[in-house]
Amino acid sequence: MSPLSALFRRELALAWGRGGGPMLAVGFFATATTLLPLAVGPSAARLAAVATGVTWVALALASLLSLERLFERDFEDGALDLLSLGPLPMEATAAVKCLAQWLANGAPLALAAPVAAVSLGAPAAAVPMIALAAGLGGLAFAFVGGAGAALALASRRGGVLIAVIVLPLLAPPVIFGGAAVGGGPAAGAGLALLAAYALAAVALAPFAMAAACRNALS
Amino acid sequence: MITALHIENLSVGRGHRVLFRGLDVAVRAGEAVALTGPNGAGKTSLLRCVAGFIRPLAGVVRCEGSGEPHLVGHQDGLKSGRTAREELIFWVRWHGGQSAGALATAERLGIGRALDLQVRQLSAGQRRRVALARLLAAPRDLWLLDEPLAPLDAEGRDLIGREMAAHLGCGGLILAAVHDPLPVAARMVEVSAP
Repeated sequence: MSPLSALFRRELALAWGRGGGPMLAVGFFATATTLLPLAVGPSAARLAAVATGVTWVALALASLLSLERLFERDFEDGALDLLSLGPLPMEATAAVKCLAQWLANGAPLALAAPVAAVSLGAPAAAVPMIALAAGLGGLAFAFVGGAGAALALASRRGGVLIAVIVLPLLAPPVIFGGAAVGGGPAAGAGLALLAAYALAAVALAPFAMAAACRNALS
Repeated sequence: MITALHIENLSVGRGHRVLFRGLDVAVRAGEAVALTGPNGAGKTSLLRCVAGFIRPLAGVVRCEGSGEPHLVGHQDGLKSGRTAREELIFWVRWHGGQSAGALATAERLGIGRALDLQVRQLSAGQRRRVALARLLAAPRDLWLLDEPLAPLDAEGRDLIGREMAAHLGCGGLILAAVHDPLPVAARMVEVSAP
């Protein structure tokens, strides 16, 4: 087995178990979307109007939860030293970590998102679009979030710092994704822009993560 | 294959403080160098500089030949929630070794029975043996060791001493920060404040 596949399997196992793993993110997401009807009242028309938007915001927040441990744990126990002395460039290692983060957190959330949106009153016809957009958005959240997590390395209260760094960067995918899942004439353009943002994050964030990790190790 | 390590006129600082200035050390194939000096003298920083993590204020670190070093630092790089076996096999594969070799090495270092325990259940000495098993199962020429023997018992030190001697016999290089003498013949280099 090559070092790359060994790393991928390890990161997936760690992401699956990291701080409760996917159950924590999905549980948070379900709780947050359940709070909405309690706050705005049970009027079906009012709920349906905001269902997809609220789903999308809850998705962005839920994807922040386990970012704190993405690099911090490896940094604390010395594993980041060894990862950076390995056969892969740090950029590739960081990308593998984010990919595992997406599979362990983004993918379960992408499955939970349509359920939440429909139960809040979104039309059933929107289910494929919501799942697709949530999956793409999750990719962007994982890579942009990884950059925030790497930048917050070695700082105390890293979790809050990550949220403050990352949430502004999540504004574009929230806007594009909101347009995509909201239906209407802008949906196609929203999905295309969301995909573009996700791909840009996948392409650029590894360089930021590697630079931030090297800085933290020095 | 790294055949020699040259540290030339090296100055390293942390923050605004210069730890040491103008340090010259050469390590040749088959040679062990023990870095001594009081706490805070910069032994760990020197090792991290050689590993490429810290940029020196002045001077160069030059290797003849190419390849990445092995590093064993204060932390063992093991995840507390995973088993020793999972962690050992991952790190050996990551460093280019085979899992069969990893398990054989674990037996040799006396941690064969501990492999199924979670890392958090291991003693500090057992964790260090897992970390050192990585060096033996995934061969690399240059070993950078930061007080490698500190948590080990007398038997463990003997074991590692024999493995170090074998590594040197095959043309390996060892640069180790120590407070107690290494269990192999080593040239002592004092790291001290300017």
